Formats: sequence, structure tokens, C-alpha cells
Amino acid sequence: MDLTNEKIIEMYRTMKRIREFETNASRLFAEGSIPGFVHLYLGEEAVATGVCSSMNEDDYITSTHRGHGHIIAKGGESKYMMAELFGKETGYCKGKGGSMHIADATKGILGANGIVGAGHNIAVGAGLSAKYRESGQVVACFFGDGSTNQGTFHESINLASIWKLPVVFVCENNLYGISMSQARHQAIQDVADRAVAYNIPGIVVDGNDIFAVYEAATEAVARARSGQGPTLIECKTYRHKGHFEGDPTTYRPSDEVQEWMAKDPLPRAVAYLMDNEILTEEELKKIDEEIVKEIEDAIKFAEDSPVPSLESIVQDIYTDIVEEVR
Amino acid sequence: MKTMSMMEAIREAMNKRMREDRNVLLFGEDVGAFGGCFGVSAGMFDEFGPERVRDTPISEGVIIGTAVGAAATGLKPIAELMFMDFATVGADQLVNQAAKMRYMFGGKITLPMVVRLPLGAGISAAAQHSQSLEAWLAHIPGLKVVYPSSPADAYGLMLQSIDDENPVIFLEHKVLYGASGEVDENMAPIKFGIGDVKREGGDITIVATGKMVHEALAAAEKLSADGIEAEVFDPRTLFPFDKEGLLKSLEKTNKAVIVTEENKRGSFAGEISAIIAEDGFDYLDGPVVRVCAMNTPVPFSPVLEQYYIPSVEDIVTAVKKMF
Repeated sequence: MDLTNEKIIEMYRTMKRIREFETNASRLFAEGSIPGFVHLYLGEEAVATGVCSSMNEDDYITSTHRGHGHIIAKGGESKYMMAELFGKETGYCKGKGGSMHIADATKGILGANGIVGAGHNIAVGAGLSAKYRESGQVVACFFGDGSTNQGTFHESINLASIWKLPVVFVCENNLYGISMSQARHQAIQDVADRAVAYNIPGIVVDGNDIFAVYEAATEAVARARSGQGPTLIECKTYRHKGHFEGDPTTYRPSDEVQEWMAKDPLPRAVAYLMDNEILTEEELKKIDEEIVKEIEDAIKFAEDSPVPSLESIVQDIYTDIVEEVR
Repeated sequence: MKTMSMMEAIREAMNKRMREDRNVLLFGEDVGAFGGCFGVSAGMFDEFGPERVRDTPISEGVIIGTAVGAAATGLKPIAELMFMDFATVGADQLVNQAAKMRYMFGGKITLPMVVRLPLGAGISAAAQHSQSLEAWLAHIPGLKVVYPSSPADAYGLMLQSIDDENPVIFLEHKVLYGASGEVDENMAPIKFGIGDVKREGGDITIVATGKMVHEALAAAEKLSADGIEAEVFDPRTLFPFDKEGLLKSLEKTNKAVIVTEENKRGSFAGEISAIIAEDGFDYLDGPVVRVCAMNTPVPFSPVLEQYYIPSVEDIVTAVKKMF
């Protein structure tokens, strides 16, 4: 694996930024500052970071209801994200989308998505576009194990396979579709086995190992970019929190939770940085403090921002038509 | 001017834009060398090749979803579903994705895409291949719904549909594919939200869409023999809807009958009735009447199917009751 220390540090920063953003989102939701639903990415940071670190700025991603990590990893700015979570006018979507619909087309982020399995189809469309325009762009399609029982999973990988589209399908197998364990929702252990049905490579990696994810993604991205078509990467991971904030998670045995907490990707990345003397403890502390400050600033930005005007409710439906308010 | 069938008009408008703009693509089930289920895309594969006229597997969700993803990233896709009924299979991509993305993303994405949906009864295709579900789609903020009744309108509205920067649902009545008419190939695109008076008359306004425009015109001729002059108003697009054009006609006639091929219950005809009730009440000197299909699934047997579809006689009878 060919990684400079600079790149490794940048990857750590991204993971830490996600951790800090989500930890604060959890607190702010509990305090009542964030309305609606929040699905946190805590524990899965290595997946989004490893995949997006293998991509270019103009490459595309499609995301899920658990999208904050993907968006941060693809370059989304925490202050506009936090403002969107707060429902403020300055948010990425002007307060019209919320946690589940953050997008930034300028960074190739084609949206988080509230419909489980919907991103697969859209990723295929972006893949067709990239291939047809000969732009050299690739698409990473993030989704959970729960979505692999939707028809969209199958029809999308099938189409990407027959058209050899530059799409990397990234399954974040966190072992549960909401409360239903993988053992109960499908009769296979490895989602990657399903790649056989579409005659594409299916790879299983430790999704809590940032370098394993990066290595697999780099190969799949190169394969996609060179016209050889899609890959299915299954990242075995675990969410630290429930499906949504407020989920009592009574369906998860405590020994399983303990086992996975011990595999937390962040301390593992820190250990790598220390063991290989990539950072000193002081340098690490400085990075962590910078990120804490960045998220504090993002929260302040969100708190200080105005709510949307009522007139804005009818804007942005179409490019041209704006119906009268009431 | 050139005489064209409705099918040719739709094809020629797509051809025109595909020749002008390499970013326009057509894909769907059997639209390639096979030419499409009804033959609408015949010859297009030969002219534009397999990269631009693409056969897809039978996967309606990913057909519409591919259009969404492609439109979001710089292309102008035209997706064909074989029958409007199959939009139910891909409904998430139409209703939750195509229609909502621009709004959910705060206006920061543009989706110039057309979804072509052949619809309607009359060929004994039975309950899963004959429905008129336009009310469902016109109900959804974020979609525009276009429903031409003549080759010229189909040509001009298809040009505008491809040019539009928003998701457009283009409805094609299967029975009208063979209907012929004069088309000016150099015509400007027909802007949405502008209805067309297909026949002038001062005694009653018959609002009709799609194939029912033809039934309404036939009914108007019969009524004329009995001394009733009906004006036939075709809105041409359900959203945006030409309220002003309709009210202008109503101001003159003071009576309205609405004719669509939908199941009457929950129909777009009901929406038009409500528009008249809210904004045109003062023009009325009688109740607004809907002539729609029966509230049954579309039956198979030709005898039953013809009984189901609103007929010229149904329209004549409904109109005469109002005098």
C-alpha cells in the first residue's frame, strides 16, 4: 500500500471529524436542538474515510439515511451540515432537507437518501453519465446490509455489470437492518457472495480497519476507472449507537456490543499513528483540538443562523415555476 | 408542414434534439434495435447507435433511477417505460427521488429528464396495461405532466419536455399512436401551461385530455346538429395547468363538462372541477359534470372495455342534460 504520512494524517483527521460531528449531533439531538430523525455514523468512520480517500474530488458518491460520515469524508463542510441539521436557512439544503437529504453536487455528493436502497439506482445513472461523457469519474455507492434485500440492489448491480459502469458498491454491513439481525434478514453471512450472481468481484474487508478499506477501495476504483466495471466491497462494521437516536437497542446482545467496541476504528488508527511514529502525542493532541474547535464553530454557526423564511417554502421545487404562497 | 402520425411526431422530436445535443439519450426496455414495444423508437438505434439508444433489462426502478442519476450529472436522458402501469414498479424513483431531489437539496441540483409513459385503454390489454394514472403524477410537486392529443402538440411538447430543466412525465395514449395530423417540423417548442381550444363554441366548455379530446370533438359535432355549440378545451399539460385559458372559455360558455379516461374517483378531472369551483364559480350557471371511466379495473373483453371507456354518446348525453 502506497500511502504517504501526510495522506495517513489526513485520513485520521477525517475519521476524527466524523466522530466529533456525530458525538455532538447525538448530544444536540438529546438536548432538543435538532428536530426530526438522526441516524449516526459512529463506529463506521473507517468505511467512508477509506473509500472517499481513494477517490478524486470530482468523483461521485450516493449515500444513505446514515449519511453524515460519507458527506464529511467526501469534503462536505461541517458548518453547512450542522446548520442543515438545525433546519436553518444557511444549511446545505436551506433547511428543506435535514439530516437525511444533505447533498453538495459541487463535491460530487449526490445526496443522502431517506429511502433504503434508492441510492443504488441513482449511482448507476451517475455511472452511465461518467462513462458516456468519458469523464474518467467513478461513483461510490454506499449502503447498509439492510438494503441488500431491496430489489434496487439487484437491478442496479445487474445493470452496472452488463454496461460495465464505473461504480463501486460499498456495503456497510453493520449486522442489523434496523432491529433485524443479518442472520434473520438474509441466509448468507457475506453480502459479497451476491457478486457472483452479477459476475463481478465481491470482496470482504474489515470495515473497522481504515487501511484495509482504503486498499480494497483503491483497487476497485482503479478497476472502475479503467473501464472494467463495478466491484462489490463488503465492509464488516458496527454502529456504536442504535439505528436512530433514541433507539433503545435492546435487540443487540451486550457481549456483541463489547466485542465490537473493542474494534473501534478510531483507537486503532491512533495506535497506528503512534506505533509508526507518524505523529507525536503532542501533534495528535493538536489535531484533535483543531477538530473539536471546528465542530464547536460549526455548532455556533448553526445556532446563530436564521431560520428559513416562510416564503422559501415554495422555492426550489422547479427551476422555473414558483406557485403562490397559499 | 408534413403529415405525421402521433408516433412519428414523438420520434421526430426526439430525433431532432438528439441530432442537436449529444447529451440527449434514450433508454428503456426494447427501445434499441427492436424499436420499442409500440415502435416509437424505430430507426433511432440505427441512426444514433447503442450508446445513445440503449436497451435496458426489465427493471423499471433502475430505468427511472438511471435517468435521475444521469440527469443529476450532466446528461438529458429520456426514459421509456413500456406501459404507464409499470411506473408503479419504479414509483420510488419518480415520486421520492426525481420529484423531490431539487427541493430536498435546496435547489442545488437540476434534473433535466423525460419519462415517457404509454397509457390508456382500448386495445384489450386488460387491467395492468391500460390504466390512466395521471392524477397520481400530477399530484406530486416536482413533476410536470404533459399529455398531448395531436401529432403537432406531441411534437412541440416533446421538444419542450427535452429542453425543460425539470423532470417531465410525457404521456402517450396508445390508441392515438396512429392518429395523423399536420406537423411543422420547424415549429417552436410548445410552452407548458398553455391550453389549446380545439373547437370554438359559445354554449358549453368541454375540457378533455388525451384521447378524450377526439371523443369530445366528435360529440361536439353531434351536439352542433342539435343546436348546441360546444367549445373543446385541451389543457395539454396537467401541471402546469392553464387555469386562465379554462376560465376564459368558461366566462363565455357558463357551463363545463370534464372528460378524461381515468377512473372517476380521485381523478384529475376532479382537480379541474375543484379549480372551476374555487375560481370560476361566478361564471357557472349549472353544476360541473365529470365524464370519466367507470370505477373499475380496466376489463379485458372488448365489450366490457368499450363499456368502461367514456364514449361520444356518454358525452352527448351528459351535455344535453345541462340544457
